[in-house]
Amino acid sequence: MSQWKNLCALEDIPLLGSRVVQHPGGDIAVFRTDGDAVFALHDKCPHKGGPLSQGIVHGQRVTCPLHSWNIELASGEAVAPDQGCTARFQVKVEDGRVWLQA
Amino acid sequence: MNKPKLVLVGNGMAGVRTLEELLKIAPDHYDITVFGAEPHPNYNRILLSPVLAGEMTVPEIVLNDLQWYADNGIKLHLNKKVTKVDRVKRQVVAEDGTVESYDRLLLATGSNPFMLPIPGNDLPGVIAYRDIADTDAMIEAAKTHRHAVVIGGGLLGLEAANGLKLRGMDVTVVHVGPWLLERQLDEVAGRMLQQSLEERGLKFLLQKNTEALIAGESGRVAAIRFKDGMQIPADLVVMAVGIRPNTALAESSGIHCNRGIVVSDTLQTYDPKIYAVGECVSHRGIAYGLVAPLFEQAKVCANHLAGYGIGRYQGSVTSTKLKVTGIDLFSAGDFMGGSDTEDIVLHDPAGGVYKRLVLKDNKLVGGVLYGDTADGSWYFQLLREGKDVSQIRDHLMFGQSNLGDTGHQGHNKAAAMADSAEVCGCNGVTKGVIVKAIKEKGLFTLDEVRKHTKASASCGSCTGLVEQILASTVGGAYQAASSAEKPMCGCTEHSHGAVRQAIRERHLTSIPAVIEALAWKNPNGCEKCRPALNYYLISTFPHEARDDPQSRFINERAHANIQKDGTYSVVPRMWGGVTTPNELRAIADVADKYQVPMVKVTGGQRIDLLGVKKEDLPHMWADLAQAGMVSGHAYGKSIRTVKTCVGSQFCRFGTQDSTGMGIELEKMLFDMWSPHKVKLAVSGCPRNCAESGIKDVGIIAVDSGWEIHVAGNGGIKTEAAQFLCKVATAEEVKEYSGAFLQLYREEGFYLERTVHYVQRVGLDHVKRLVVEDEDNRKALHARLLDSLKDAADPWAEHQETPARREFEPLTF
Ligand code: SRM
Ligand SMILES: Cc1cc2nc3c(=O)[nH]c(=O)nc-3n(C[C@H](O)[C@H](O)[C@H](O)COP(=O)(O)OP(=O)(O)OC[C@H]3O[C@@H](n4cnc5c(N)ncnc54)[C@H](O)[C@@H]3O)c2cc1C
Ligand code: SF4
Ligand code: FES
Repeated sequence: MSQWKNLCALEDIPLLGSRVVQHPGGDIAVFRTDGDAVFALHDKCPHKGGPLSQGIVHGQRVTCPLHSWNIELASGEAVAPDQGCTARFQVKVEDGRVWLQA
Repeated sequence: MNKPKLVLVGNGMAGVRTLEELLKIAPDHYDITVFGAEPHPNYNRILLSPVLAGEMTVPEIVLNDLQWYADNGIKLHLNKKVTKVDRVKRQVVAEDGTVESYDRLLLATGSNPFMLPIPGNDLPGVIAYRDIADTDAMIEAAKTHRHAVVIGGGLLGLEAANGLKLRGMDVTVVHVGPWLLERQLDEVAGRMLQQSLEERGLKFLLQKNTEALIAGESGRVAAIRFKDGMQIPADLVVMAVGIRPNTALAESSGIHCNRGIVVSDTLQTYDPKIYAVGECVSHRGIAYGLVAPLFEQAKVCANHLAGYGIGRYQGSVTSTKLKVTGIDLFSAGDFMGGSDTEDIVLHDPAGGVYKRLVLKDNKLVGGVLYGDTADGSWYFQLLREGKDVSQIRDHLMFGQSNLGDTGHQGHNKAAAMADSAEVCGCNGVTKGVIVKAIKEKGLFTLDEVRKHTKASASCGSCTGLVEQILASTVGGAYQAASSAEKPMCGCTEHSHGAVRQAIRERHLTSIPAVIEALAWKNPNGCEKCRPALNYYLISTFPHEARDDPQSRFINERAHANIQKDGTYSVVPRMWGGVTTPNELRAIADVADKYQVPMVKVTGGQRIDLLGVKKEDLPHMWADLAQAGMVSGHAYGKSIRTVKTCVGSQFCRFGTQDSTGMGIELEKMLFDMWSPHKVKLAVSGCPRNCAESGIKDVGIIAVDSGWEIHVAGNGGIKTEAAQFLCKVATAEEVKEYSGAFLQLYREEGFYLERTVHYVQRVGLDHVKRLVVEDEDNRKALHARLLDSLKDAADPWAEHQETPARREFEPLTF
């Protein structure tokens, strides 16, 4: 059973940016949006495995740096007309600290 | 709060298009009411011809159904003709007494068909061709009557005649002119057209003046008589002899009209609360009768109605196509020419092809294509943008694809390509896939095709081919957008030019400020506009606007190129391609220390370390810095390399120190961000070993000084650089090159290489501001130096700032 772990301070993630979390199951990208919402996705684009953590964040989406697919941060789904999905992880922010369940 | 009220009179193509543009940029600005004299919602009038020909049906040509009006909260009065505008009370009154008040009024009443003033013009069976009612009347007549006469051999007349023929009538076209479509075609093309229409069974009477229409026993029209006494049977007469702007309403309310409602460049009438667009309008003395210019008016008008005040309508050049299936005809501009123009003509009567291009002062000013119109939109683009064609004149006639294009030379007609042929080499998309997507998903624009198929979405070299496929699949409804007018991205309707201007004039210094001032649709913009905005801000206000790393593509944020597996490549700068044993040792050492999988010499005279892990980057940079090396910006929309040759120091032919010159230029331009990447080269003699002829700025040394060439490109589509000027000293080389690059930095659109920038603004413009105007040149150069005055090595910055954290993974 995976449990909540304290990851970092919210400020450690750049606004409209991300950090990479090393994980035995593969890297996880943790994103911070404009309104300080935080999302976590498997750091692999459903297209050809591009590192989503390195993309540009806008609204609640990230654009993959390799071939510019847009991925919904909340669902991990590619924005139409592209099709594909990447795994999501639970994250939450409490008292300015980011918690991740993976 | 009460919203201001906008009333539109005229529920047609131009008026509703204006509303669509307005809703896109200011969805909640107005309470909107629409009056339409016809009983239908807005439909595509252009497609009445395919409806008449039996190729489409009325429901298929509706553009905005009733649900659209409801969804956008628009109050719609159909079948109500407005008869009065009370400008004092600010009210409009319809025939049935309906009254609506307005704060802004938009008139888009279109035009009325002109009816020849001859006896019998009001008999039953005599109609015009303008709306659904007319089209229905023709379809009905074809069921029960035999002889149709169409008066007028223009576009509309021929489309009507073709449709009636297809519906089984015996059709004669009567025309006063010496040949068909004399306003669109020259005589040769006009005769070829007549011949192919005759082969389809149409009859023609040219240079005939109609005297009267004669009634039969039933009271319906039965015959037509000409001034020369000839008379032929006619139980349906369609008048297609021209249109007149419908100004009745405007005139009766005292708005200034002169062959159209007179409007300014902001589409305002003499009453500032009243705007007008479409065929009813006279703009700078011209009333247009085609939709493309009306749509341009709609866009500008919407912008002013929304209160943005950017953009002026400055008139349009129009082009026409005849919508008769199986006949390819295209004409644009001044195709007749005159004493000061030159013609290039290709005529193959047996093959049914005729092409005539009219040139004036090295620019294309008009053209007629018959039989093979594949290059029509390309010619039209050249014409509209006023490009200098002297360089490509000898193969201009053979079309765009004959100019050579590394992506797919050989195919010059999209229509002739097999479905299995690959169109986009980057994404492996075939013609069949593109055509299928266009048809099934109802795509109309290049952008939509890009989104759905990925064709031309990467390097873009097949854009022209994709546009051709689009044009041949959707036909006349396709309009290629002019690059200068295209919206920046889906977040806004404003073009790059308009945004640059707004940033400068309104002194906007941050991305949120732009997004707010220009009412972006998405609060953080998107991956397309943010990098562009970031560049515009830092280049316009160099020491004032703050760079936003989060709005840069990862390469520019990480100062290294991302690779397909998520690792990075590192390219240290080697000034002018010159290195030293110490630098080479430092490179060898880091390659060993960080286990770099590949060390490669680049095409830019330096060394690339490929496959480096992100977390190693800051450490590697620190090691390289020890040996005095800085970033090569191989990742940026920025200065890349200055290639040099050995020059006079060693080479037996060298005339000047090209290596030293290259190093000086590279140092001057260090850390320069630009709309797209910038590459220079300096060669020591005209043998040109540094390939100066295909660089953004290419310098060629000669015995008496230096030649400066600009706007070359060695990439996707090779383009030779153009000669700018010759100078005597190394100082001048720096001043002229720097001034040119600064002009490009200030005027270029994001992702526009110098070659495309100069194609857009013209070399004359560049020469005027850089070569001829000394003060301006010095000022440009000074602004460049000022913006680079505290340039720092980005690799060094990253070793200290908190941004460094981005390079360190978190552990779990
Ligand atoms: C490393 C290098 C190839 C090599 O191994 O030699 C290279 C590698 C890339 N080029 Fe290049 N180009 C390299 C020299 C060139 C040259 C030759 C030159 O500079 O003399 C050209 C043609 C000259 C020109 O630009 O006019 C060239 C024309 C392009 C283009 C087409 C640009 C265009 O406007 O037509 C692109 C695509 C783009 O920029 O949008 C591109 C893009 C790329 C990118 C950055 C693709 C990308 O976006 O990821 C490649 C990065 C590969 C990687 O994984 O790191 N590369 N590229 C060369 C680096 C030179 C350097 O030292 O900085
Ligand atoms: C058969 C045909 C084929 C064509 N083919 C082409 C083509 O291939 N390419 C091209 O570019 N153009 C073509 N055109 C021309 C194009 O359709 C017109 O340029 C365009 O529709 C003009 O738009 P508009 O909004 O100015 O006028 P319209 O579309 O005519 O709209 C004006 C509307 O205002 C209504 N109206 C007028 N007065 C009042 C009033 N007082 N109160 C309420 N409502 C009023 C009218 O009933 C009408 O519905 C074609 C036209 C026709 C008829
Ligand atoms: S290095 Fe340049 S030419 Fe080679 S694959 Fe990459 S972009 Fe294409
Ligand atoms: S790998 Fe992400 S878009 Fe191709």
